[in-house]
Amino acid sequence: METMPTGFLSWVIFLLDKYWVLFLKGAGVTLLLALVGTFIGCIIGLVVGVIQTIPVNKNDTLLKRHSIGLVKWLLSAYVEIFRGTPMIVQAMVVYYGSMSMFNIDMSAMFAGFLVVSINTGAYMAESVRGGIISVDDGQREAAVAIGMTHFQAMFAVILPQALRNIMPQIGNNLIINIKDTSVLNVISVTELYFSSKSAAGVYYRYFEVFFITCVIYFVMTFTASRLLRIWEKKMDGPSDYQLVEGDPMQDPCGYFQHGTVGGKDNGND
Amino acid sequence: MAMTNNEPLLEVKDLHKSFGQREILKGINFKVHKGEVICIIGKSGSGKSTMIRCVNFLETLTSGAICYQGKNVLDEFKELSLYRTKVGMVFQSFNLFNNMTVLDNCTVGQTKVLRKGKEEAQQNALKYLQHVGMANYINAKPHQLSGGQKQRVAIARALALEPEILLMDEPTSALDSEMVGEVLQIMRQLAAEGMTMLIVTHEMAFARDVASQVIFVDEGIIAEMNPPEIVFKAPENERTAEFLARFNNGR
Ligand SMILES: Nc1ncnc2c1ncn2[C@@H]1O[C@H](COP(=O)(O)OP(=O)(O)O)[C@@H](O)[C@H]1O
Ligand SMILES: [Mg+2]
Repeated sequence: METMPTGFLSWVIFLLDKYWVLFLKGAGVTLLLALVGTFIGCIIGLVVGVIQTIPVNKNDTLLKRHSIGLVKWLLSAYVEIFRGTPMIVQAMVVYYGSMSMFNIDMSAMFAGFLVVSINTGAYMAESVRGGIISVDDGQREAAVAIGMTHFQAMFAVILPQALRNIMPQIGNNLIINIKDTSVLNVISVTELYFSSKSAAGVYYRYFEVFFITCVIYFVMTFTASRLLRIWEKKMDGPSDYQLVEGDPMQDPCGYFQHGTVGGKDNGND
Repeated sequence: MAMTNNEPLLEVKDLHKSFGQREILKGINFKVHKGEVICIIGKSGSGKSTMIRCVNFLETLTSGAICYQGKNVLDEFKELSLYRTKVGMVFQSFNLFNNMTVLDNCTVGQTKVLRKGKEEAQQNALKYLQHVGMANYINAKPHQLSGGQKQRVAIARALALEPEILLMDEPTSALDSEMVGEVLQIMRQLAAEGMTMLIVTHEMAFARDVASQVIFVDEGIIAEMNPPEIVFKAPENERTAEFLARFNNGR
């Protein structure tokens, strides 16, 4: 018979030694769900946010006005419903509902990706809409005034700034997702919480196991938060600029940073 | 004084504009010929901005028409995009694209709207940045520039599309007084080169020296349109005189 450890620390070491693969796999699944869910959620949020800010004009045709109106109504229903219900309940409804209503037997993992993405999408849609509104309208007008269409102005001028402004919210969502994917244990997704519960059950060492789990969650969220900070800094670009000395007209190619003129990517010469 | 021929470059015909129940513009008519510099003056709230914004359809007209080279813009241009490249706009608050460098601000319209190649667009942008004395700043972002510098870049951005006419809505009103001069200097230079311009301004000395015609807008109508010699020395409308007197006292 093996000798059981005594004391908190020796239990922790014992459990780590025995279940590190389980912890690691659980953490991996959690991270995967959070990253993929946040990424797809951001894309959903972008699309919804952009559609929700399409201007309608008195001169547009009745059909155009009504179809845009209907789409916007459906999208805001989506946002309200998925923001207004708990993810744990959404997981149950999607996983078991798809089976009993539509006879779709999706894997728990697939249901997990679906629920996290759709949920994040609902939150991000509002963030994106806010981000778009926060870019001063003058820039949109200036873009339109040099002949850009609404969508050109959106993608070239407004969205890049809106995205920069909502970076903190994207980070927030990632961190929330790392933690909140734990609710997916109700549909038996083998993420970190689910794995921990299995490990804890063997020796009934709930405190020691969940202490380890706690540390792993914190390491993941803290790392994510720091990495996002660095990324934000990078997006801002250099805080100073190089004055171009002399006469840039004489040899324009020589003066641009990063070969922006006469550089590699002009295929039409 | 600029040469004019008979066909106007731009004509505003019986323009009315209401916001809700309030009629802001009550029947505006005027013509702009090639090479003319028309300055629009008037009290704050009289409808000058609304009027100039209607010219490139940043506001939808309630009724009336804008004609470009004799043809109604809304009939002639299926997309407003092409028309807008011919009618440049400079805003009071610069409205540079904050996510782009000075150079990109001046190329994006050329590549996205006129579909020019990147290199051609950059050479062209550089030419106009040179023109406004900002060629050395191509790598700067708007937030790194002073107000006067921003407005000069904004002028280059408009010029880079090689428009037939430039609309300016109080281009110096958001500037600290020491920067007003540098922008007015560029505007004088453009006028001297024969650029057609429609300028809303409170710079009366500029209007007096540079304008070929001055429009005085009062409560949504053109109360007077005359050469500056008449408007500033012997205005025909007493409201004009009143406005100019108050303006001079206020200085
Ligand atoms: N989008 C708008 N909605 C409602 N009223 C407006 C709008 N834009 C301008 N106005 C009103 O129209 C009038 C004229 O404004 P504006 O053209 O900006 O005058 P100016 O440029 O001569 O100072 C003002 O009374 C202003 O409040
Ligand atoms: Mg105004």
